[in-house]
Amino acid sequence: MRNVDILIIGGGPAGLAAAVSAYEAGARNILILEREENLGGILKQCIHNGFGLHTFKEELTGPEYAQRYIDKVLEYGIPSQCDTMVINITPDKVVTAVSRGAGLEHFKAKSIILAMGCRERPRGSLATPGWRCSGIYTAGTAQKFTNLKGLMPGRRVLILGSGDIGLIMARRMTFLGAKVLACVELMPFSAGLKRNIVQCLDDYGIPLLLSHTVVDIAGRERLEGVTVAKVDPKTLKPIPGTEEYYECDTLLLSVGLIPENELSTMAGVKISPATNGAEVNENLQTSVDGIFSCGNVLHVHDLVDFVSEESAKAGVNAYKYVQGQLAEDEETLEVVNGFGVSGAVPQHISKKLDEPITIMFRPRGVYKDAKVCIDVGDVQAAEKKSRILTPGEMVTLKFTPEYLRKNANADKITVRVEAQQS
Amino acid sequence: MVDVIIIGGGVVGCAVARELSRYSLNIALLEKTDDISNGQSKANTAIIHGGYDAHPGTQKAKFNVLGNKMYDQICEELDVPHKWNTSLVVSFSPEDHESLEALKRQGIENGVPGLSIIGQDELRKREPNIGSTAYEALLVTNGGIVCPYELTEAFAENAAMNGVNFYREAEVTAIEKEKDGWKVISKAGTFTAKAVVNCAGLYSDVINNMVSEDKITIVPRRGEYYIVDKKFCDAFHASIFQLPTKMGKGILVTPTVDGTILIGPTAEDIDDKTDTRTTPEGLAKVLKFASLTWEHIPARNYITTFSGLRAHCDRNEFVLGEAPDAPMFFNAAGVESPGLTSSPAIAVYLADRITDKLGAKKKDDFNPIRKGIPKFREMTDEERAMAISINPDYAKVVCRCETVTEAEIREAIRRPVGARSVDGIKRRTRAGMGRCQAGFCTPRTLEILCEELHISPLEVTKFGGNSKYLDSYLFEKGDHEDA
Ligand SMILES: Cc1cc2nc3c(=O)[nH]c(=O)nc-3n(C[C@H](O)[C@H](O)[C@H](O)COP(=O)(O)OP(=O)(O)OC[C@H]3O[C@@H](n4cnc5c(N)ncnc54)[C@H](O)[C@@H]3O)c2cc1C
Ligand SMILES: Cc1cc2nc3c(=O)[nH]c(=O)nc-3n(C[C@H](O)[C@H](O)[C@H](O)COP(=O)(O)OP(=O)(O)OC[C@H]3O[C@@H](n4cnc5c(N)ncnc54)[C@H](O)[C@@H]3O)c2cc1C
Repeated sequence: MRNVDILIIGGGPAGLAAAVSAYEAGARNILILEREENLGGILKQCIHNGFGLHTFKEELTGPEYAQRYIDKVLEYGIPSQCDTMVINITPDKVVTAVSRGAGLEHFKAKSIILAMGCRERPRGSLATPGWRCSGIYTAGTAQKFTNLKGLMPGRRVLILGSGDIGLIMARRMTFLGAKVLACVELMPFSAGLKRNIVQCLDDYGIPLLLSHTVVDIAGRERLEGVTVAKVDPKTLKPIPGTEEYYECDTLLLSVGLIPENELSTMAGVKISPATNGAEVNENLQTSVDGIFSCGNVLHVHDLVDFVSEESAKAGVNAYKYVQGQLAEDEETLEVVNGFGVSGAVPQHISKKLDEPITIMFRPRGVYKDAKVCIDVGDVQAAEKKSRILTPGEMVTLKFTPEYLRKNANADKITVRVEAQQS
Repeated sequence: MVDVIIIGGGVVGCAVARELSRYSLNIALLEKTDDISNGQSKANTAIIHGGYDAHPGTQKAKFNVLGNKMYDQICEELDVPHKWNTSLVVSFSPEDHESLEALKRQGIENGVPGLSIIGQDELRKREPNIGSTAYEALLVTNGGIVCPYELTEAFAENAAMNGVNFYREAEVTAIEKEKDGWKVISKAGTFTAKAVVNCAGLYSDVINNMVSEDKITIVPRRGEYYIVDKKFCDAFHASIFQLPTKMGKGILVTPTVDGTILIGPTAEDIDDKTDTRTTPEGLAKVLKFASLTWEHIPARNYITTFSGLRAHCDRNEFVLGEAPDAPMFFNAAGVESPGLTSSPAIAVYLADRITDKLGAKKKDDFNPIRKGIPKFREMTDEERAMAISINPDYAKVVCRCETVTEAEIREAIRRPVGARSVDGIKRRTRAGMGRCQAGFCTPRTLEILCEELHISPLEVTKFGGNSKYLDSYLFEKGDHEDA
């Protein structure tokens, strides 16, 4: 059994940022465990640019962004063990991992940071009828084939879902010589960033079919085509008679990400049904003492910059915890999702909160000329105006502790949107 | 010339192969597709039926009850996961009491032990999540579940260990009578054999009708399913049937041996024996009927949907044994449900007939034991440490959702009658069967297939034929690989 102060599971941007910040706060006994051969997480395959605008004020590719953090980890001499898969965590923070080099190992950690990222939702979860042929990939799998393995999945492509990964793959497949027929989105709005819609679809004349979905899949062996139909925006059910057949050999799915919380569950961490990630307090501490969570395993982020920012906080707090400096939160207020809000993080805030924190959430719908508000009890504590809110873009809002003092009898904190649904 | 040709590598063909491999015989099994267990035997409800269901006196009733009793020994010898989780046939109204009683009487007549009718309280105690209108149920204590493709693979591997030759992509296209046997023409070559066994599932009519005037017709009867995430493994313990109707045993909700929950199947007669599509109507029907049993089916937790085709015979009965006008041609035709349950007993029955006629002798070196691929996810930490120290590939988890290691995948390919495609690996190891449905593990699985089979990534298929994954290299091959 090896003893570690701060054990970080996952060497993606979340794990790296947490390690760097913990070190900078003073921690020295840190270990990163990563199951892949290299650090960097999903960014290794994101060879497009657009990363780091917030953090570094310049446009980097995914690998470049990751490398900035990897360089820091190397400079500080923070140990990381790649090719090492964590397979169990107990509530008392014993971690089991396996690797080719060291076999099966146990670690006893004072604090654990969960930074395992997420995976993509597959076709099966949509229950799309039709054949179960080859030629259907999640966008991330196709990205891995093209960008890391130099292999092309197909020539005529349709994309289901308009998440960022799907949008970026629409452009990528076009660059690589494929014909991308359309990007099909169930909702009346895209789930991706506005800038990606412009730069990945509009610039290449790829149609975005909103309020549409795939209703049938043809091809006994390899995909031969898919049938697309309009859906009623209210019920999301296909409208008969609107079917259109697209001949294609490849269907890419960008239909959502699922935080990878199997390990968290083993440790007894409480999972929020709204985010599919851990429930955390303002310190990003989960329901299990000393276990923290950050990055895409906590909730799905749009921008890696926000992942790094959040994770840096987890790193510092984990160190405080190890030092015995993290205040126990005897009394917390629950953060409630009000009108137009889903999956607000953190879910719990200490009544003794003493510095400003950021609350993040996804709007439930598209709202124009909207206002985002935080109420402590019945008292409004913060507000931010926004010309447009969409579920594709996460909202962040600062919250200062003074209102907790002012309204000491409050029993909850509500995050809500004020606007007409459009 | 071989002694016996078996046509079809489903659970019946492979069970027959294993039974026959107890004898000093030269045996070949010919399978049409790229893998065994590709037909009915991969897409079914995986229930070891108790045997109350079939009409007394039928082959279905007889072999169901006999087969059921063989499962403990077979699964022990072949290291196949199975579980006696009991079956419940639920009624939804007091008026149905008599139908439950009738079912129970029929079961008793068929020789099914341990049947009883349980009321509300007992039912809800056993299955707290059962629908609010569930009224009472027939409790079938000898009902169980099994992994159907692993059973098929286990039969095949054990048969191969004992000398049976397996030929895949070996569709039989014609059978001709020879002086002392049969000439079997297949896509893998022409064979002559003293005896032929027809285990061709949906095509068992085609094969039978090649040699016999006693014609049969097989109608494909489609069944569609949903699979629900392992997170819900505790929702139901028994296999929950609804009182049967004419078209079949109704939609059921059942745990699988792997911890997922299976919901289905529909029963729809179709024209095309290859049409394993899922349909909007079928899937909707599954949910509609299943919601009686499970009121709040967790819609965001489906892992996948699929369909299977039953080989329904116009005689509504298994057609077993030597064809009346074709000596040394044996049928296992029209083996639909409860065919999985019956397969071990059907195999013994046919092997007895065949070896009798051939005057075959048992060999003394038959080895009945087959060990499954050791599963990392089921090991204790000590076993894991040991496994890794012997084979470091056990430390490489390829499929995250199901915790399947590289060692298991490589072994699935190297085994006798090993995997040749990604789906073949999936059925042998569960890699890709979990909640992300192979999103993450496909690239690595594909690479391992290439390494083991010495093929290019462009040749790797999902399930043989043209089900290829990749179109082309992005760079001239060699440009980036030499260094
Ligand atoms: C295709 C795509 C395009 C994107 N484009 C942009 C963009 O343009 N701009 C932008 O800002 N952001 C973009 N993002 C988002 C950004 O990349 C993610 O927000 C960020 O990578 C999430 O970081 P993470 O560390 O939480 O997760 P990950 O990067 O997924 O890292 C998690 C790490 O944990 C490891 N791990 C998991 N489980 C275990 C275990 N049991 N044992 C050991 N290790 C484990 C994994 O191997 C992985 O390395 C994109 C993402 C994708 C997928
Ligand atoms: C929806 C459904 C639900 C079921 N549920 C249950 C259940 O819960 N319990 C139970 O006991 N039973 C169940 N069954 C029945 C059970 O699955 C079958 O009875 C059993 O799998 C039949 O096995 P088989 O070997 O006869 O057929 P198959 O598995 O279909 O195998 C036949 C093989 O023959 C091959 N073949 C066909 N033509 C040729 C040719 N010309 N040359 C070479 N090879 C050929 C095929 O490719 C195939 O691999 C169910 C079946 C279905 C479809």
